[in-house]
Amino acid sequence: MNDVLTQPRPIRLKGRSFLALALSPEMPVDDWLVQLDNLAARSAGFFLRKPIVLDLSSLDIGQDELRDLVAKLATRKVRIMGIEGAKASLLAPDLPPALTDGKGTSDVEITAVEESSAPAAANPAPTVSAPSRSSSSLIVSQPVRSGQSLHHAEGDVTIVGSVASGSEVVAGGSIHVYGALRGRAMAGTMGNSTARIFCRKLEAELIAIDGFYLTAEDLEPSLRGKAVQIWLEGETIKVAAVI
Amino acid sequence: MGKVIVVTSGKGGVGKTTSTAALGAALAQNGAKVVVVDFDVGLRNLDLVMGAERRVVYDLVNVIQGEAKLTQALIRDKRVETLFLLPASQTRDKDNLTPEGVEKVITALKNAFDWVICDSPAGIERGATLAMRHADVAIVVTNPEVSSVRDSDRIIGLLDSKTLKAENGETMEKHLLLTRYDSARAERGDMLKVDDVLEILSIPLLGIIPESMDVLRASNVGSPVTLADGRSAPAIAYFEAARRLNGEALPVVIPGDKRGLFGKLFGRRAA
Repeated sequence: MNDVLTQPRPIRLKGRSFLALALSPEMPVDDWLVQLDNLAARSAGFFLRKPIVLDLSSLDIGQDELRDLVAKLATRKVRIMGIEGAKASLLAPDLPPALTDGKGTSDVEITAVEESSAPAAANPAPTVSAPSRSSSSLIVSQPVRSGQSLHHAEGDVTIVGSVASGSEVVAGGSIHVYGALRGRAMAGTMGNSTARIFCRKLEAELIAIDGFYLTAEDLEPSLRGKAVQIWLEGETIKVAAVI
Repeated sequence: MGKVIVVTSGKGGVGKTTSTAALGAALAQNGAKVVVVDFDVGLRNLDLVMGAERRVVYDLVNVIQGEAKLTQALIRDKRVETLFLLPASQTRDKDNLTPEGVEKVITALKNAFDWVICDSPAGIERGATLAMRHADVAIVVTNPEVSSVRDSDRIIGLLDSKTLKAENGETMEKHLLLTRYDSARAERGDMLKVDDVLEILSIPLLGIIPESMDVLRASNVGSPVTLADGRSAPAIAYFEAARRLNGEALPVVIPGDKRGLFGKLFGRRAA
């Protein structure tokens, strides 16, 4: 039977950008899963309802192993919305889709030798590396309330007020809190390991810089309630009082 | 044009209904035309505290669904001439409230009264968001305990995002009413101190109501505490809160601090 479409209604397709957390598993995967369980145990519900991307760029993994990993993550209630940095041969229809920024990833890297269509390439002048997207900073002059989530993918976030317990602030750059930090603060989420967190009164539930976490229990008790700065040294988070 | 006040809280049982009745009566005793509206459809209680439960014929849901006129549902208080009550339905639930109906009722009340005080249901569900939607001023009722303060913080977040004022880019005037405060227990550390609550919530303090048997007694005889015994400590605290609502700059005294004796008059206003 052929139905005739009487109302050709267009389907709405909109571009939208979301900030997703990227998980980068390490070999051996089983050890890494144990670490993940430790993190999840310390901050219950951390991965719930969050878009998570699996970053496989530093992982040499087979399709069956990947399928196994995704299944194991699913049992931990981590739902993978996409896979980044995976070879095309690795992905199958039953696996999460590839996220490639629109660029194709193939099994063989072919460094494209472009014809002189780009005049800029012929003149390798010492230009400013990549027209750095203007790092806009966000200033919030109200307290961040319990249940609220403040995302700022690029640049710093300055909060003139407190960050309540049960709220979270996620920033691509540094986070400055001129008040008490009681909720979660995640700085440098887009891969900025030089980002820092500053606050007038440290009472955070969780802090993170470039994907490295510390939960409330890991924080030095003597620093509680103090004005501190938090930064990353290698793979360890350092917390020290300021002033 | 009257002012619409929503009396709200995250946690239940903190004293919203008591405070609505007490503040409504206190404002009306000074001659202002006041209506207290029970938004807690399904669990109505304001009529009990106001001592009008036997006089309820029509309620808010009847008015919203067009089964009764607003004037038929309004109950005049027997003690104060300018105090009215719009009761909630006991038998229906919150789904009977429609956004359009609520708006119509609130607009009509605003035109007829100086103060429209809405007793909101606790929590963040539909009933609570409908009650706060058209408010000009919010009174956040909090007990000095951690769970109550946390939930109030969440409600303040909603007041800043889910109300008409917020959607129009304005900020809602918010006040904190700290109820059931016991200074001896706060001193012992069994309760949060006033400063701690103010520091966490950072909204201006409207008043501190001391924990007192007078409140319970007044509720049980069906009278707002400000009418039952105007000289009791909680009644005085509510009268002062009502004066602050009227715009008077009255310093807040923490119950238990001897007034004058130590000269400890705290002018507390958080940022």
